Amino acid sequence: MPLTAKCKECGADIEIPDDALPGEIVSCPDCGLEYEIVSIQAGKVELKLAEEIGEDWGE
Amino acid sequence: MKITILHDLIRWEEKALYQASLKKGLDVSLIDIKDEFFDVTKDYDSKFGDVALQRATSYYKGLHSAAIIESLGVKVINSSQVLMITGNKLFTTLKLKENNIATPRTIVAFSPEKAIEAFKELGEKAVIKPVLGSWGRMVALLDSYYSAKAVFEEREYMEPIYQVYYLQEFVKRPPRDIRAFVVGDQVIAAIYRHQPSGDFRTNTALGGKAENCPVTKEIEDLAIKAAKAIGNGVYGVDMMETEKGIVVHEVNGTVEFKNSVSVTGVDIPAKIIDFAIEVAKR
Repeated sequence: MPLTAKCKECGADIEIPDDALPGEIVSCPDCGLEYEIVSIQAGKVELKLAEEIGEDWGE
Repeated sequence: MKITILHDLIRWEEKALYQASLKKGLDVSLIDIKDEFFDVTKDYDSKFGDVALQRATSYYKGLHSAAIIESLGVKVINSSQVLMITGNKLFTTLKLKENNIATPRTIVAFSPEKAIEAFKELGEKAVIKPVLGSWGRMVALLDSYYSAKAVFEEREYMEPIYQVYYLQEFVKRPPRDIRAFVVGDQVIAAIYRHQPSGDFRTNTALGGKAENCPVTKEIEDLAIKAAKAIGNGVYGVDMMETEKGIVVHEVNGTVEFKNSVSVTGVDIPAKIIDFAIEVAKR
């Protein structure tokens, strides 16, 4: 059973990939909201809203 | 040997670099610089190992954290000196010019009035780019006097960096550009980036399609020359095929390669890690 988390915005289930790491971005399949993985411990995942793309982001 | 991958976000690239390090039996750690604080006036044994890869997406976070970690005696790839140049399109252009590397004609102004004069100098058709940031964000093709004037005026109400008006001639080229991947003194791969319909920008972040590009002698020489102009490191050198030959228009210091590994068949993350090991031994 893949790990999932509830989207705070629309309540949909967000599937967390098996090889996901803290700091990684996942997005809600229904509303598209992006979250950053804070931690994954003992089958529980904590998310926080991902930062907006910064003006100085990029290569 | 201990290697650290510094990041503010984990993308495909950071995970690929992490996996490549494990495969080479390295002691590797992923460190989110947002989870650290740095006692910069104190000397202490750093936990950043022998060499650190700077993968922060944010130019400011990446540049400043690289400088701090270097002060702890750790080699950082790319160095803060390199990042200062590659992160700013004007500094990159000046480096290219200083080393006689063909680059698009560029005019810089610091007021809307002078920006309009620069726009006329460029034949009332020019590309305006913010000097910071990437992924094609706010790169705009200005081809009418009044729309140019409007863009310049709007910039006066934005943060100070936007009052650096960096205007480039609009280069006639096929609907694609070239990105060459340079690691140390080698061009390990190159891709064409085909612009999506309805846009003149080729960034894959905007839907540009990557295709393998054979590394010709001309591409190799130019890419190595551009990399050497800035310093030993890992780069994405962006080029355009113009009527007068290939020109370099940008050099990127935190290169993304997710789409390039599959189309080129080159294990780019592994090459980067090999280079990091080499640098750590020097």
